[in-house]
Amino acid sequence: MQTSITNTPTRYGWATILLHWLIGVLFIGQFALGFIMVRLTSQRTAFELIQLHKSLGFLLLGLITLRIAWRIGNATPPLPASVGALERRTAPLAHLALYAFQIALPLSGWALVSVSTLEIPTMPFDLFVMPNLPLAESDAAESFWAAAHWYLAYVGIALVALHVAAALRHHFVLRDSVLTRMITPSSGGE
Amino acid sequence: MHARILGFAAFAACLAVPAAAAVALSDAAGSYTVSPAGSSIHFTIGKAGGGGFDGAFARFKGTIRIDNGDVGRSKVDLTIYPESVGTGQSRIDAFLRSDAVFDAANSPEIQFRSTSVTRTGDTSALVTGRLTARGKTFAEKFTAELDGLKGGTIKFHVTGKVLRSRYGMDVGTPLYSNVVDFDMTLTGKRG
Repeated sequence: MQTSITNTPTRYGWATILLHWLIGVLFIGQFALGFIMVRLTSQRTAFELIQLHKSLGFLLLGLITLRIAWRIGNATPPLPASVGALERRTAPLAHLALYAFQIALPLSGWALVSVSTLEIPTMPFDLFVMPNLPLAESDAAESFWAAAHWYLAYVGIALVALHVAAALRHHFVLRDSVLTRMITPSSGGE
Repeated sequence: MHARILGFAAFAACLAVPAAAAVALSDAAGSYTVSPAGSSIHFTIGKAGGGGFDGAFARFKGTIRIDNGDVGRSKVDLTIYPESVGTGQSRIDAFLRSDAVFDAANSPEIQFRSTSVTRTGDTSALVTGRLTARGKTFAEKFTAELDGLKGGTIKFHVTGKVLRSRYGMDVGTPLYSNVVDFDMTLTGKRG
């Protein structure tokens, strides 16, 4: 039984598994945080949670960039032979959409803070000042990016729900290795 | 040529001596009520990455009493109504008035009561006192510069730095500096 950092032709390695779950937990956490932070009565807590949401968003943007680079530079284990033709075609599209949303969401959030007339600086985890995107500040632009961020979040979380449902179906209905191979690292073969 | 320039410079320098410097303490002595019309209380908070955040209080009241013969026995009282804070951005004003910062509903007044006044120059003094905001009181220092005395009207330029964290207003640090820079013009009318 061998474990590997990199993917093998049949299994995922540690790096992919770790990034997958870290991003998954952060993504769902960010959705919950975003949902809660705009509904609080305490302005202080809201302010602090929004800053945390910004910090985690930049962390996610970094992690997803790493994940995409890792995916491009590594072998991707093929789906088990039992997977049907329709799913074989749609699964990569669903994954592509997930990646696209994971990039678009933090970018739209970054655009939102950049154009906001509140001009609140961004300091991920209080470590350094993140510059704004070169976009013109205005109330109209702020409303636009706030709406864009909001819609992307809801479609993004729907994609995550679809992804989770598909993984559960693979495990409990189809009883194949699609979910377990994202939990247990490469062991050199099916 | 050089001498003439120097001579002119010396003459100009004499003219530039502030009129206030010539104010005798006995002329300034008396009780004044701070007049909102000729007064302003501005503040600036530095922002991470440069720039600052400016605001002002529109409503305040106060009295200035200058002791005849002993500046040290002078007194300054100032009450600021944080509800009147204005930054030009209504969402920020609402945030500042809320319990995140001033909690204006429960702490409607910010008070300064001087405890000592020390003359530091012909027209300047260091004013030490107790600042109370959100139920917390600390000693603070402000520099007062006499800006004019005409008739029954006296004008001071007052500056000072206050650490907001001590008053339970540390929200937003370190994005926004803990140091609040005050810049006030206080015009007092005698009586």
